[in-house]
Amino acid sequence: MESSGFSLTLASGRRRSDRSMRLVFTLAAMSTLAVTLLIIFTLFRDAWGFFIDVPKGDLWSIGWFPRRGMFDIKTLVVGSLMVTGIAMLIAVPLGLGAAVYLSEFARPRARKILKPIVEVLAGIPSVVLGYFAISFINPQIITQLVDGANKAFNIAAAGVAVGFLTIPIIASVAEDALQAVPSSLREASFGLGARKVPTTFRVVLPASISGVVAALILGISRAIGETMVVAIAAGAVGGGLFSTDPFQPGQTMTAAMAALGFGSDQVAGSGLAFQSLYFIGFLLFILTLILNLLGDRLVRRVREEY
Amino acid sequence: MPVSTPQRFGAASAASLTEELTSSRRDVRGRVIEWALLGALLMSLLILVALVVNLFQRSWPVLSGRLGDYLSSGLDASNASEAGVWQAIRGTMTMAVIVALVAFPLGIACAVYLEEYAGRSRLARVTRINVRNLAGVPSIVYGILGLSIFVKFAGGITGGRTVISGGLTLAVLVLPIVIITASEALRAVPRAIREGALGVGATQWETVRSHVLPSAAPGILTGTVLALSRAAGEAAPLLLVGGITGLLRTGNLSLWDQITEGGFTSMPVAIFSYARQTGDEFQSVTAAASLVLLVLVVIINGLAIWLRNRFEKKW
Repeated sequence: MESSGFSLTLASGRRRSDRSMRLVFTLAAMSTLAVTLLIIFTLFRDAWGFFIDVPKGDLWSIGWFPRRGMFDIKTLVVGSLMVTGIAMLIAVPLGLGAAVYLSEFARPRARKILKPIVEVLAGIPSVVLGYFAISFINPQIITQLVDGANKAFNIAAAGVAVGFLTIPIIASVAEDALQAVPSSLREASFGLGARKVPTTFRVVLPASISGVVAALILGISRAIGETMVVAIAAGAVGGGLFSTDPFQPGQTMTAAMAALGFGSDQVAGSGLAFQSLYFIGFLLFILTLILNLLGDRLVRRVREEY
Repeated sequence: MPVSTPQRFGAASAASLTEELTSSRRDVRGRVIEWALLGALLMSLLILVALVVNLFQRSWPVLSGRLGDYLSSGLDASNASEAGVWQAIRGTMTMAVIVALVAFPLGIACAVYLEEYAGRSRLARVTRINVRNLAGVPSIVYGILGLSIFVKFAGGITGGRTVISGGLTLAVLVLPIVIITASEALRAVPRAIREGALGVGATQWETVRSHVLPSAAPGILTGTVLALSRAAGEAAPLLLVGGITGLLRTGNLSLWDQITEGGFTSMPVAIFSYARQTGDEFQSVTAAASLVLLVLVVIINGLAIWLRNRFEKKW
């Protein structure tokens, strides 16, 4: 060995580049933690400033008119809940139905053709669906079905379009959960003489329930955070009275934030109205954070079980 | 799991049992449910068809009348016959380049750390959860981050409400998507490839550089391209960092002046601007812009699928 000149120690240049690249990769990973900390820090700083400065009575009044000092939080929260609720009415049956069909019923070839449909839907930008809401969903569907629905803008049309956007996330998370169920469970059920449908709904679905619930939770989180559809189709840019009528224009947390932010330099940069942007942003962030962490946990539970 | 079917056979004759098991016609309920599930899936197709047909119908006046003029005109949300998408396309392209320059290297490096270096350390676990959560943060929240950090805090470098701030904000927005897809691609590389390199004396970095990354490149590329299409479709964060929604007067500056001092807009922001205007003319301007954005996104996604099929490796 000693005559061959072999050395098991690395040349110092190679060792140095190995070490420095390790550092580079570690720093890159840390940057994602920095993003989260920066989000929390910037949101919290101004949200807290707003909360200290705002007269508390203004947080619970008749409507959301930030430029006139009315910051009724419930207007926005109820608006967001209505949009999310309507979106779920659309997306849960369609998304879960698609997931169950793709996972349990479709033959491999059909699956190859059908699955991209949902994937393409996931690729539609939300502004385009927002425009679809005011140019098709509202005039062709909502106002035809409901007498007295607002002809131009309403919460329901926005909710339906948000539902369309939510279908792919529900379908893909739920399908992953169903696919994670081992085929031995299905075979056992078939072996006992059960047909496809009872096997699917009484064996496979219960076995993957935490993943299916995760799909719903992540769908809700997505729907609450959706901005552009609501900003375009729900009307009430800038402000709105408290309302629980889904067929009238309304305001959500996200749309209110968009309205505060764009093209309004007289508001931007200072003042309570502008700071309210951070306050709602903070609420929205915490809300979606809780939902996402919960959903994430449930997703991984399915994977760990099998 | 309780399965009731067998109990019903308790007193049945052999003939009726055979009939029950072999006849497919008797399972009407099963058939109906299967068709209903397929219907749920096909609803998504119906939505897509309605969307595209509606866009073509509404945009026909623009497509047939002044398509060339439309594609070369600037943003103008006050005059429908002057309105176009040229500045918006340019803004979207510029931001796509910034996203590619910032989010791709950073995201891939983070994925390499998570898959190749981190192992099961506590830090890695926290980072993974953090990345998955970042992927679910509403896009408008990234707008607030961009406003606070890129426009205000680093305004001296980015120039404030410029296309640079917009691009950086979108880069942060798609960073988790790049990380997640790149991680998946890295995870798909068989262990044996790493062991082969390490076994002949390569350092970890040499293994990653010359073995793991080249093997994972097709998957990583697909993921990054998909992240680009996501960035191209986002409007909400850009509204907060200064995307112009009315009339972009400085939109015809040379590219460099545009980047450093001019205002900016993008395809989704332009669609938002036009969608807020009333009247049939603006309807067709909005629909045409939506079609242009869809074409853009379809091209990007098509590229991703082509790359996947062209270079996909089966181990």
